[in-house]
Amino acid sequence: MNTLPIKKAWVGLVAGVAALSLVACTGNDSGDDTELRGGTSEADAGSNDEEGETVVIGFSAPAADHGWMGSITESAKRLAEQYDDIELRVAEGTNDVNLQISQVETFINEGVDAIVLLPFDGAAMTPVALQAMEAGIPVINVDREFDDPNAARVTVLGDNYGMGVSAGQYICSEVGDDKDAVVAEIAGIDSLPLTQDRSQGFEDALAECGLDVDNRVAADFTVEGGEEAATNLLQAAPEIDAIWNHDDDQGVGVLAAIENAGRDEFIMIGGAGSANAMREIQSGDSVLKATVIYPSTQAADGIKLARLLVQQKAMSDLVEVEVPRTVQLYAPVVTEDNVDEYIDSAFES
Amino acid sequence: MTESPTGLSHSPGGHALQADAAPKERDNTALAVLGSSIGRNLGLVVALAVLCTVGAITAGERFTDIDNAMTILRLAATIGVVSIGMTFVITGGGIDLSVGAILALSSVWCTTLATQQLAQDTHWIVMVGTALAVGAGCGLVNGVLISYGGVVPFIATLAMLASARGLAEVISNRKTQIVNVPGFEEFFDGKVLGLPMQVWLFVLVAAAGWVLLNRTTFGRRTLAVGGNPEAARLAGINVKRHTVMLYMLVGLCCGAAALMLVARTTTGSSTHGQLYELDAIAAVVIGGTLLSGGRGTIVGTVLGVLIFTTLTNVFTLNNQSVSEQALLKGAIIVAAVLLQQRFASRRNTS
Repeated sequence: MNTLPIKKAWVGLVAGVAALSLVACTGNDSGDDTELRGGTSEADAGSNDEEGETVVIGFSAPAADHGWMGSITESAKRLAEQYDDIELRVAEGTNDVNLQISQVETFINEGVDAIVLLPFDGAAMTPVALQAMEAGIPVINVDREFDDPNAARVTVLGDNYGMGVSAGQYICSEVGDDKDAVVAEIAGIDSLPLTQDRSQGFEDALAECGLDVDNRVAADFTVEGGEEAATNLLQAAPEIDAIWNHDDDQGVGVLAAIENAGRDEFIMIGGAGSANAMREIQSGDSVLKATVIYPSTQAADGIKLARLLVQQKAMSDLVEVEVPRTVQLYAPVVTEDNVDEYIDSAFES
Repeated sequence: MTESPTGLSHSPGGHALQADAAPKERDNTALAVLGSSIGRNLGLVVALAVLCTVGAITAGERFTDIDNAMTILRLAATIGVVSIGMTFVITGGGIDLSVGAILALSSVWCTTLATQQLAQDTHWIVMVGTALAVGAGCGLVNGVLISYGGVVPFIATLAMLASARGLAEVISNRKTQIVNVPGFEEFFDGKVLGLPMQVWLFVLVAAAGWVLLNRTTFGRRTLAVGGNPEAARLAGINVKRHTVMLYMLVGLCCGAAALMLVARTTTGSSTHGQLYELDAIAAVVIGGTLLSGGRGTIVGTVLGVLIFTTLTNVFTLNNQSVSEQALLKGAIIVAAVLLQQRFASRRNTS
């Protein structure tokens, strides 16, 4: 037996750990109080923003487990505060479909004037949304669509397919002259329909200029997942001309991996449009040259539309007497040239 | 307490309290130790060799070059360090489901504005101390609940899984916290003698773990406690205190892994370390450590981690989808365990 008396070492280690006093923790406040565009408390008489009867709106969204989703709920709350005639009831964000259904049932029982709903899973939330509509409460469906058009009065959507198209067109314009250009794609969660739409749009746009995706990996919208997927991808493709990364939240990790590998022979384009990504673009010395916006203010728009609906107003810039059925948002490309227009409304990862 | 429990081999319960390298006449040359380790993990070595062959054939140069080997080792390092700690807990008859959550909490806590400010004013060692202390602290809570509170490990660490990640989200406000402390990343993500620091840390933790498990009283007690806690208690081992130390040890490993991940991703985030508990448990069990406790192998755990990391690497080099990877991962787990049993039974009957 040649055993060391380890006990002394342990005592020392435990004492050492105990002696290290913990640093007090303070969260990193974003300190964000910029006003969302549209909607003022001092509206011109006769405009849509003029105060009307009070509208009670129930709001439910998935858990804010990444920057974009956090910004969805935050923007919705901020917008509601800008209007004295909106009373917003926010249900706790959840990724549990069962819980979200019961939240909507509660709104129906309370008899709110309208419900703004970003479902965790559109198909699963369809029956309860139909119930609300039948009870005479208009439902505004945001981002993830129900599978029955009757379940919502208004649908506000981002454009996932369009995001892919914008990213593909940008890459075509930058490296499309070289028919052998190597294009790589770092997707988000591969099982989500929105990821499949984005990839389809990307593929279709690249095909227009004779390019295709040579290497594709999928991550999971987290920094760590992005770092891991990108590390392996860079190893798989020794020469890359362009990379599209679907999501700027995971992009922080992707950029760390690129930094680690010491590679800079390609251009990179992001997705979603976080403030971090825009600062990289502004700096001009990063491989990240552009990002495609996927607005995190969709739910805020849903709330504005709900207010108009209940107050029986319409969108004043359209001729129509009623609020439209579907509003699909545009996915613009942000580059060094136009980043200043977007950076103020961008979200922090 | 210095008496060694090796006299327990005939204790009721009948568990042979043997470390993973305990032949009667110990040959202590490193080569012999390595040889016997490889012999006992033949199934895993074969599996890893097959994977490498597939990689070399399908991806050629891109798989075999030194950069790729470094990539695999660097990706294996973080989960590897966590798995070493997990090996001790499982060998000691417990389980820790909270490793990923503790890692997230440590990573967030050592990257808060206040901690980073203090680190900038003094030295980045503050961040290291914070991460290790948070990790060990969570482990202490787990251990005390299990030992002195009588909560079963599965439930106690499940509670920690939920609350540690919850606390991480509260502290970080679910924002990604970027690190900008000079020196920290250079140290943890730099290179020493041509090898990434992360790989050195992994090697260091694995070697220390091997010595601790196979060559010290602490290791022997771990085997005794995992094999038959009642017999261990009768033999004079303070089982409760030892269990607390095991959970603190795995917590400490999570703190170390958090530092490595923070350096690699340049961020602390409440989303770090997701599903690490399952990856770590899979690596440990494939390695040949008994899930019921009483037998543990560090070499096997390291091989288990390398198999999974190499698998992902080979698949990515060949541009395969995540779904196919998941499918094959399951198949590999089953195949490795079956091979392991085949080799083990052959040895026992020969």
